[in-house]
Amino acid sequence: MNNVLKVENVCKNYGSFTALNNVSISVPKGSIFGLLGPNGAGKTSLIRIINQITLPDSGTVYLDGEILQPHHIQYIGYLPEERGLYKSMKVGEQALYLAQLKGMSKEEAKKKLKYWFEKFEITDWWNKKIQELSKGMAQKVQFIVTVMHCPKLLIFDEPFSGFDPINANLIKDEILNLRNEGASIIFSTHRMESVEEMCDYIALINKSNKILDGKVKDIKQQFKTNQFEVGLLSKDKELLLNQINAQFSVENSKTTSINDDLRLLFSLKSGETSKDLIEFLNNKAQITHFTEVIPSVNDIFLQSVASNK
Amino acid sequence: MNKLKLIIKREFLAKVKNKSFIVMTLLSPLMVVGLFLLIIFLNEKNAEEIRTIAFVDESQQFSDAFEDSDVVKYIDLTSLGIEEAREKTKEFYYGLLVIPKSDSLSELSNGITFFSNDTPSLTVLSSIESKLEKKIRNLKIAQLQIDVDKIKSIETKVTIDAENFSGEKSSKIGSVLRMFAGGGFGYLIFMFIIIYGTSVMRSVIEEKTSRIIEVIISSVKPFQLMMGKIIGNAMAGILQFIIWMVIGGILLFAITLYFGVGDVSSSSAQMAPEMVQQMQNSSNNDLQLILQEIKNLPILTMFFSFIIYFLGGYLIYSSIYAAIGAAVDSETDTQQFMMPVLMPLVIAIYVGFSVIENPHGPIALAFSLFPLTSPIVMLMRIPFGVPWWQLITSIVLLIVTFIGMVWFAAKIYRVGILMYGKKPSYKEIYKWLKY
Repeated sequence: MNNVLKVENVCKNYGSFTALNNVSISVPKGSIFGLLGPNGAGKTSLIRIINQITLPDSGTVYLDGEILQPHHIQYIGYLPEERGLYKSMKVGEQALYLAQLKGMSKEEAKKKLKYWFEKFEITDWWNKKIQELSKGMAQKVQFIVTVMHCPKLLIFDEPFSGFDPINANLIKDEILNLRNEGASIIFSTHRMESVEEMCDYIALINKSNKILDGKVKDIKQQFKTNQFEVGLLSKDKELLLNQINAQFSVENSKTTSINDDLRLLFSLKSGETSKDLIEFLNNKAQITHFTEVIPSVNDIFLQSVASNK
Repeated sequence: MNKLKLIIKREFLAKVKNKSFIVMTLLSPLMVVGLFLLIIFLNEKNAEEIRTIAFVDESQQFSDAFEDSDVVKYIDLTSLGIEEAREKTKEFYYGLLVIPKSDSLSELSNGITFFSNDTPSLTVLSSIESKLEKKIRNLKIAQLQIDVDKIKSIETKVTIDAENFSGEKSSKIGSVLRMFAGGGFGYLIFMFIIIYGTSVMRSVIEEKTSRIIEVIISSVKPFQLMMGKIIGNAMAGILQFIIWMVIGGILLFAITLYFGVGDVSSSSAQMAPEMVQQMQNSSNNDLQLILQEIKNLPILTMFFSFIIYFLGGYLIYSSIYAAIGAAVDSETDTQQFMMPVLMPLVIAIYVGFSVIENPHGPIALAFSLFPLTSPIVMLMRIPFGVPWWQLITSIVLLIVTFIGMVWFAAKIYRVGILMYGKKPSYKEIYKWLKY
């Protein structure tokens, strides 16, 4: 069984509103899985079903090959987008309480908490009340509470909101660490650069339907348009452009150059390869720059959502 | 089950560690006793003031009618004449009683006037009236030439010894006390239901606004959370009640010792009727008598029925409160839902007042069986003795209702806690029931 989580044909309706329409996803073990979609697409509904906060109208969810059951709660760690802690409760007391609700024994929880508090250098917060902490500090506690019971599956909904860049980095490293230690992670965010950076797999949900999923690499391959960005130095730019236009479909690139070279975007037809292009250009000018244009997750997101309208 | 215990523990501690809880619990009984003592003290202070009442007796027949008492002294100013007596009274005395000259005693009784600087106190007036009545009566008897001693010999004083069929003695003071005890306990339950129900609601709203709710219900079922909250608060309520009872008991015991009623009460069962009569006749023993009657109340029954009815009533109302808390975003939005919840409670209190007048009437029976009012109304009836079948019927109804209510509230709660942003209408809440 290679998938830690498998969601099969899940539907959920609220009255006449359909939140999820026949959605299926599979999260491979040890991966970071990006769950993407515009606001109101149904991501939170899906996450809530995985957390057994609500039940699906139809469809099945499997955790590690077993149909999802109440006792699976202890194997899942969930950091909701709408998060918070009891304001007037002390940090340590509160963390212990939440750990015990996840099924840990008190001693075990204390040990784990000590480890995390030391790691984040916040041991002196133990007896502080949450209301005395800043938002970022409270978020750190919240992160610890989410991961301390060593869940197989971690679900982070916008994990970086409220963190400054330094702490966001710290959290990012911890998330990657957890993945390396064997946890699988579902990651829901609108910050595409962190998806780009961290996710191995993504699924895109729009208007209650899954419209795209798979390995990030494969998806990019699929969305690749055979475009190349090229920088050229030449004495006679006019002539060069005329020669190029005769043979290739080309447009000006949006990136600005620092050394006054010609920046062009080539769209190759099927059958044409980069090799042909380089050979053609190499005879005409000095090539300063050559990259294949790979669509960013952001582009894919925008494109898919737009075409799904 | 283990998780429920954790939640109960947290909710209980969160409530009990709260400063206002500690202050309320310890200070309230002291305040009640303090108030009670203050009233007694003020009464005594008031009574210590000696009032002097002057009188002008133009009929010359009443000079011996006025005997001085501890608090009222009389002074005869007949010799000064009305005008001068008025001047003097204005300056020095509490009031002036003028008895005009008259041929017939019957006419005379309507012509007596009392002048005073302030409005005279009712007790003073009625004591003067009774003195005059007694004197006029004696004069009339003399006029009719009836032997006063003979009349006296036919006067009989009757004291009814009320006793119910199970042998408990009761008295007038006793039934007044029952009214107070019943009313007090009913009112206490009313307060407890509102205070602890609101506290449940606040706690639900707090979890919603602090947004911890989703974290929690990814670990436990919403129903567990709701029940944990309700039970935790109930335990805090019962703790508070028990502390009050213990402090009250200690204070009562202290007062009893202080006024030396202890040994009298222990032998109350064998007390000779003369002694009871003697006690009732002597006004100094009023306080002793009250303490005596407190001991005669079915305190144990009242204590346990308070706990049962508090729990039942509280569970019904607090689950409604929890549902309201879940449905709204902030406390200011709760108003429109609070009214219908408070209505039956307020009605129960009003009905309760008529119930203590007539504790076994049809209205009393109906409202003490109806589960939304029974916790208050039944508790008010209990000091007067309630048949077992009524007690059991009302408790069974209470339990059935609370199970239904908890089920109903849980459905709203489950959906409501995850809804943010809009104030729901009744129609929307009805829809939630079907999710």
